[in-house]
Amino acid sequence: MPKDSGIGASSKRREDIRFLTGRGVYTDDITLHGELHAVMVRSTVANGKIVSVGTARAETMPGVQAVFTGADFAAVGGNPAGWLINSRDGTPMREPKRPVLAHGKVRHVGDAYAAVVANTYEQARDAAQAISDDTVIEELPAIVNMAAAVANPANRVHDEIPDNVCYDWGWIEDNRAKVDAAIKSAPHVTTLELVNNRLVPNAMEPRASIGEYFPGTGDYKLTTTSQNPHLTRLLVAAFVLGIPENKLTVVAPDVGGGFGSKIYHYGEEALVLAAAKKLHRPVRWTAERSESFLSDAHGRDHETKIELASDLEGNFIAIRTTTLANVGAYLSNFSTVTPTFLHGTLMAGPYKVPNVYVNVKTVFTNTAPVDAYRGAGRPEATYSIERVVDKMCRELNLDPFEVRRKNFLTTDMFPYTTPVGLVYDTGNYQATLEKAVQLADVAGFEKRAAASRAKGRLRGMGLSTWIEACGIAPSHLVGILGARVGLYDAATVRVNATGNLSVMVGAHSHGQGHETVFAQIVSSKLGVPESSVEIVHGDTSKIPFGMGSYGSRSLAVCGVAMDKALDKIIAKGKKIAAHMLEAAEGDITFADGKFSVAGTDKAKTFGEIAFSAYVPHNYPLETLEPGLEETAFYDPANFTYPAGAYICEVEVDPDTGRVEVASFTCADDFGNVMNPMIVEGQVHGGVGQGIGQALLENAHYDENGQLLTGSYMDYAMPRADDVPFYTVDHSCSTPCTHNPLGVKGCGEAGAIGSPPAVVNAVIDALHRAGHKIDHIDMPVSPSRVWSAMNA
Amino acid sequence: MHNFDFVKPASVADAVAALSTEGAQALGGGQTLIATMKQRLADPAVLVSLTGIADLQGVCMGDGGLHVGGATPHAVVAREAGKYYPALAHLAGGIGDPAVRNKGTIGGSLANNDPAACYPSAALASGATIVTNRRKIAADDYFQGMFSTALDEGEIITSVVFPIPEKASYVKFNQPASRFALTGVFVAKYAGGVRVAATGASNNGVFRWKAAEQALSANFAASAIAGLTVDDADMISDLHGTPAYRANLVKVLAGRAVSAAT
Amino acid sequence: MTKVTMTVNGKSVSAETEGRTLLSAFLREGLGLTGTHIGCDTSQCGACVVHVDGKAVKSCSVFAQDVAGASVKTIEGMANADGSLGVIQQAFQDHHGLQCGFCTPGMVMSAAALLAENSKPSEADVRHYLEGNICRCTGYHNIVKAVMAASGQDVSALAAE
Repeated sequence: MPKDSGIGASSKRREDIRFLTGRGVYTDDITLHGELHAVMVRSTVANGKIVSVGTARAETMPGVQAVFTGADFAAVGGNPAGWLINSRDGTPMREPKRPVLAHGKVRHVGDAYAAVVANTYEQARDAAQAISDDTVIEELPAIVNMAAAVANPANRVHDEIPDNVCYDWGWIEDNRAKVDAAIKSAPHVTTLELVNNRLVPNAMEPRASIGEYFPGTGDYKLTTTSQNPHLTRLLVAAFVLGIPENKLTVVAPDVGGGFGSKIYHYGEEALVLAAAKKLHRPVRWTAERSESFLSDAHGRDHETKIELASDLEGNFIAIRTTTLANVGAYLSNFSTVTPTFLHGTLMAGPYKVPNVYVNVKTVFTNTAPVDAYRGAGRPEATYSIERVVDKMCRELNLDPFEVRRKNFLTTDMFPYTTPVGLVYDTGNYQATLEKAVQLADVAGFEKRAAASRAKGRLRGMGLSTWIEACGIAPSHLVGILGARVGLYDAATVRVNATGNLSVMVGAHSHGQGHETVFAQIVSSKLGVPESSVEIVHGDTSKIPFGMGSYGSRSLAVCGVAMDKALDKIIAKGKKIAAHMLEAAEGDITFADGKFSVAGTDKAKTFGEIAFSAYVPHNYPLETLEPGLEETAFYDPANFTYPAGAYICEVEVDPDTGRVEVASFTCADDFGNVMNPMIVEGQVHGGVGQGIGQALLENAHYDENGQLLTGSYMDYAMPRADDVPFYTVDHSCSTPCTHNPLGVKGCGEAGAIGSPPAVVNAVIDALHRAGHKIDHIDMPVSPSRVWSAMNA
Repeated sequence: MHNFDFVKPASVADAVAALSTEGAQALGGGQTLIATMKQRLADPAVLVSLTGIADLQGVCMGDGGLHVGGATPHAVVAREAGKYYPALAHLAGGIGDPAVRNKGTIGGSLANNDPAACYPSAALASGATIVTNRRKIAADDYFQGMFSTALDEGEIITSVVFPIPEKASYVKFNQPASRFALTGVFVAKYAGGVRVAATGASNNGVFRWKAAEQALSANFAASAIAGLTVDDADMISDLHGTPAYRANLVKVLAGRAVSAAT
Repeated sequence: MTKVTMTVNGKSVSAETEGRTLLSAFLREGLGLTGTHIGCDTSQCGACVVHVDGKAVKSCSVFAQDVAGASVKTIEGMANADGSLGVIQQAFQDHHGLQCGFCTPGMVMSAAALLAENSKPSEADVRHYLEGNICRCTGYHNIVKAVMAASGQDVSALAAE
């Protein structure tokens, strides 16, 4: 029977009520007395020397309060990279300054080099146009193509970096010779060159920020569209503007999706704070969608050659990859770790593959910065592996299901140290594969293929078996890997005198439903109704600390911090109960919301204990402080390792090349599931984005560095009629072994596992129809499919 | 966007007068123009809405065929033209999305003549007459390349007259992002012969595929055009399709339109 | 400036407008009805869909002066008189048809327009009708399910879970 509340129940989301009635409060919904409007002045060329910024006319235009240029921020800090990555030769990555406003040079179309603050938006926009018209920028050749960027030392995105390479990373470098030798002597080697297409995250809420300054106290407040308010506070305060952290509050109210793009600190946030300080008035900025396309951190954009060595029966011997990863014009906060440790460490997949070596050169180009987007590095790894395995099966005439089965790690092998440095704690990849095979009715495929043929369509089936490392945290590990911050999380549980609870969590919900799920956990643990628990998030003035939500980490890290704070509440409750019940603390048990003396009927309810803590008339004041509030920080021992098997069926229209996803089946292992409804929704969303990447989406710059897909007119977002109903299962559960909730994380899974399943299905459909096409790069658009078929 | 004076006249005469002022521009449903103005690529001093003129609204049978008022929204054509000209109603029901169809107008679409818009193919394949406040223009004379028409400054499309064919069909292949026609083909069979018009494909905007018209006039069956090829020399090349791909689509969609024609 | 009067969610309202004042700005900035969202600048995302005289329109692509005198309904007017969720809103909550909530007002308004035209839409009908509303969170699965459920159809067997 499904549960109706607490852990494991599909509790309806409490946050839905405000969203469904138009009463959500997103950043742009907030209006402040005396507010001013900022508009950024953005480069229209990809690479250029700023000769002069023409501000004079703008400064005299109606309503203009202030104009800012790069010179105004030359003396403050840059927006830092969060991870230091070393090259193969041990030298540290090249780390150019990323200023609030471009100074001296502009480096991508959309690079902001000035800003106007005016009484109204339209006045600011008029003045911004005037600055754009009056500014002299000497256009330089755009560096867009990565291979050319690396090859030509004359063209530089940053003058101090002659080959445009941020780092040349090898993982694990000591294994390189061994892997080379294994490949050289292998009976069969399958080689595939592929592109992991650049994507624009496109959270439906465009970025927005409001800066406030309170001259009476010297305090600042930033209200902003962030997945990560504490990190934003740290970056904008300590690194960029030099504001003491305790003088800045960052609030991320309702946030309309993130998918990675709102993890990062952006220059506009520093700009509105600096402007508010200068003008002593609130300053607001909201991106137009066309600005989002140009200035949000993009995702993916890898060019990879992967080689898979095997014997003739399909047993894997070695994997070697060489990747050029586009980082864009500047380093965004996570952009150096995404193509390295979030990518290379997953290159063994869920398989026994003794030799793996990954080489990544990360390259500066005159394009928007590229950073983590849902899955971040792991979709790129999964796509490379699952595509090359598929090609190997075809080359050796082997069944793709059988090849996975024979290469999977088996349940007796955990904990398992991979050749790329991770320790998988648990899993059961056979179980999820067999579940997917059953749910997708693989046995019935030929019948469906015949039905497709009868209506002139080519049917194909594609498989992807994926694994990821998520719950992005362990500080001791990420520290070794170059992280410049810790990646624990924190929660405070405040039991109010009347027994209801305020729980302050460092994770931030921008669609994931934390307000509901975290309350379910509290409810189960304390035996109180869900409705008595309020989850507070997204405000640095209320929450002890937090590292935000990304990398499927909210429950696996912050949820566990909250669980540990709840343990402390129970422990203190037992002390209080022992006093009130005149029993030894060791004899007090807590269950179903009651503190009881073991073996007796003497008990106090949770509410009585809470009341006593705040009205301590009968209370052990000599040994125990009044009040009932506990904070816990939690830093896990390891990543978590969700895994699963996805099967996609497509129909291809041979006359037009159009691909339709006929069915999509997911069998995932997320460990324990707190709210099945929400977990399934996360998978649906991830798969929708993965189908988007596979078939539709493409951020394309031309050779001049102009973004040709800068609006929804040319950037194809998945719509309701582009996707099917998905079949989703999470019954094959191997709980995480190192966190007490046994959770693994589910947010990114769909986006990681789905693209190769779709592309494998298309290639399968074409081969079954006699088209010997090895590969089509994503997005597998109608034009590309038709062109491949008619080459 | 820049500010402007908004006027909404109730008669064609008042609209014509308003359009004679400096910097004035006509506004149909605004589903293209407003986005263009947000980008500051259009900058009218006066915007003259045509949607308040009752004479420009509606669908009815009349001399020469089906008369569609110039300011009739796509949704109204989709709903009301079906009993007279199903293929036209089907085309109107596939433009944009439901909210766009409630605002966007046939006159706005034909005046803009976006090379990927649907309506131009219907007008051209039907041999429609574009009626303005000044004259009647045959569709063959009206379309003059992408975003270019025979309309003069200040001229308003008051109605479009579609001769009713014996059979017709429109088949659209969506550009996956914009949902405009990557290519769309309208086939209409009249007693005097078959007309085939393709949109979305050519650098010159909507065009008639005359070889197919000839073949289909002799034998109205998809097989009649199976041996033809479409010259891709003037086809659009962009991220969504090569010239060869668009040329292929013209042929494939024309064949499907013939098979589907009712 | 021109004074525009219209009926919004059953109440007569007036505000000064410029020619360029969009209906979306009239609602959000003029009336504080911030449930209508702006997600793009090319009339495509659908987060701003409202009803004007009963028809769904994208309020970011309509001038306020163009709809003077009209009756406008926004997401704030969709709940029942007692404040409880309306049928479509309730179906969205019951079937988890929203995540971040940003596209949701437009989705609900489009769904309401669909059900007014077609009381028992098929899956294909729903997907086609919602092509002008972009959601980045849900993969559309639960939105389609919610709309069909709101029409009174049994959705329990629509897709394996």
